[in-house]
Amino acid sequence: MADLIARPATHGLLPIEIGSVVLEDAQPEAITWIAPYNRKKSAVTRTLGGFPGPGQVVEVKAGRALSVGPGQALILGAPAACDDAAVVDQSDGWTVVALDGAAARDVLARLTPLDLRDSALSENATARTLLGHMTASITRTGPYRYELMVFRSMTQTLIHELTRAMKHVAARARLSGPG
Amino acid sequence: MRLTCPHCGERDLREFAYKGDALALSRPEANAELQAWHEYLHIRDNPAGPTRELWYHTPCGSWMVAERDTATHAVHRTMTPAEATK
Ligand SMILES: [Zn+2]
Repeated sequence: MADLIARPATHGLLPIEIGSVVLEDAQPEAITWIAPYNRKKSAVTRTLGGFPGPGQVVEVKAGRALSVGPGQALILGAPAACDDAAVVDQSDGWTVVALDGAAARDVLARLTPLDLRDSALSENATARTLLGHMTASITRTGPYRYELMVFRSMTQTLIHELTRAMKHVAARARLSGPG
Repeated sequence: MRLTCPHCGERDLREFAYKGDALALSRPEANAELQAWHEYLHIRDNPAGPTRELWYHTPCGSWMVAERDTATHAVHRTMTPAEATK
């Protein structure tokens, strides 16, 4: 059988660099939604190698598990399986991008009502929230790096919104720069 | 205004959708009087003071009950519907 080339929805659109911020593709090999059945949480935790509590990201055997709702996680990495949980392959359902740079937080602050301060969103924390008019997952993967997930069908809207905010933040920086 | 999602913690009002009085959790029995169903569906108080309301946290898909004061805008407590109907 022909081996088809998988392309992320951001193909040809990213990376974009504006000011001190880079927006780039961060699509994992697979995205798996996992929801443990009743009273099976500890069995699922053993099978997967971990399960995130609210707002948490934990390393698991297949990759990283993000909390996305009560009793639900998304595993980003290799395909994951588990008999004690509802498991859905959502690899083609999401677009994952990374926003990286000193002003990344300022860019996000223009688009989300989420509290982005260190005290509320520390490194390796994740949140389901809004980005513009879209529901999104925001995960802080470094001091100046955030991974953003939205439904795949909203990829171009996501890039449009972020690019606009990146331009505005860069323009601000020029105005208030030295001199 | 900020509300505390039982799953996510304190968040901005923009992330929430308002459903109405938490009376909606007290569904009458299927064979209840017509009057009971009428009141359940249509009759609501309009209090200036403490209320119990249903809210939905859109990004994570959680329902919650909020105890709120419409006179002061204070949000006293939020809880899952399971906790609220215990
Ligand atoms: Zn929530």
